[in-house]
Amino acid sequence: MLKVRDLKVHGLEPISFDLHEGNVLVVRGPSGSGKSLLLRAIADLDETSGSISLDQMSKDGEAGGHWRTRVRYLAAESGWWLERVEQHFTDLAAARLLGKDLALEGKLFGSPVAHLSSGERQRMAFIRAIEDGPAVLLLDEPTSALDEEAGQRMEDKISALQKSGVILIIVTHSNEQASRLATHVLTIKDGAAKVVSA
Amino acid sequence: MSYISLSYWDLALAAVLILANGLISLWFRLGLEKSLLINTARMLVQLSLIGFVLKFIFAQTSPLWTIGWALLMILVAGREVMARLTTRLKGWWGYGIGTTTMFFVSSFTTLLAVGLIIGPDPWYAPRYILPILGMVLGNTLSGISLGVETLITTLKRERSSVEARIALGHKRFEAIDEPLRQALKTGMMPIINAMAASGIVSLPGMMTGQIMAGADPVEATKYQILIMFLIAGATASGTLLSVVGSVWRLTDDRGRLRLDRLE
Repeated sequence: MLKVRDLKVHGLEPISFDLHEGNVLVVRGPSGSGKSLLLRAIADLDETSGSISLDQMSKDGEAGGHWRTRVRYLAAESGWWLERVEQHFTDLAAARLLGKDLALEGKLFGSPVAHLSSGERQRMAFIRAIEDGPAVLLLDEPTSALDEEAGQRMEDKISALQKSGVILIIVTHSNEQASRLATHVLTIKDGAAKVVSA
Repeated sequence: MSYISLSYWDLALAAVLILANGLISLWFRLGLEKSLLINTARMLVQLSLIGFVLKFIFAQTSPLWTIGWALLMILVAGREVMARLTTRLKGWWGYGIGTTTMFFVSSFTTLLAVGLIIGPDPWYAPRYILPILGMVLGNTLSGISLGVETLITTLKRERSSVEARIALGHKRFEAIDEPLRQALKTGMMPIINAMAASGIVSLPGMMTGQIMAGADPVEATKYQILIMFLIAGATASGTLLSVVGSVWRLTDDRGRLRLDRLE
């Protein structure tokens, strides 16, 4: 269970909610309302107050790096630090397999990062984010650069993760996607955040 | 040793050369005349004053005056490092990292040179300590400012890749590995290049001075080689300490990137 208590995100009232295994919380709100900051706060990427725990593990009781291997944040804009795509994965064979599900050709793994389209990079970054099996996934607009076909495959993968017990928090601008995926919805309005079941 | 003393008329004659700068500026409308005038005046005043100050300090030969003046040099060098950075750390750190680093690195190398290598009598003879310290400071300050500047600009530019690594659970020094290496490399490059060029292309300033003052060129070279080693060591360790110190400040114990600690 992911337990968030009085989490203070810049510009928002303190936020509290609980999510169980297999829950998908979709975060809605206008641009600039603090949706990404909420995800970053949960991943402990920004300084915040309040407490967060995952099962028996509390955020502040763990080293930051360990917390973030269990609670994984995937930014809207993917980041790469080596030249070729394949250098960023720990288990390349598993990554290639996941790539097939997301309609990524095998040869893309050997390409320089700069040669990939933004949609290809987005899917590659998604694979990288799930390859070590985090318990919580925080996805910031995961399908923003994808066409319909690739977006559908991404959603299928997200549903599969949900079924396997992963807790997901997803920021999306698409109403259809929200209604397809959400078990819970967090709406940000006028600086206040409210969580309801979908 | 003997050297030819310069009269003020000799200097006035050389000053005519600065007019060339002014003419170019006027001809191409560069708008540099004013700052040229001000900075020439500044150089004149600063250098003439320093001549008298050093004459006074040399005459005292007291450890207090020597160390006091050395400290002032370090503080001014620290300010220069800060002035060269386009983005600085907030608060005390902006001035502190460069200055503290230079304090340790330059006093260590200078004391090593006078204490163990040159061995003047007394050890605090300002004639040796102050020029050596000045040369060490001048070079470490450019290494430090280049290194820290590169670190900060790279971190800002590569923020998304650094944060991607942090989000994947990488530790702080792992996640900033690329910007760190880039910064160290940039900071140490000039001194490595300077060693290659010195000799035939450029006769380094100190050696030139000694030769013109009548010293045996071979003896002057030995001093220059010593200075090169001191500078290279001080620049490398100064760049390392200040860049690592900045990384320490720009990340935190939760392993986060803290660019909010920049101005």
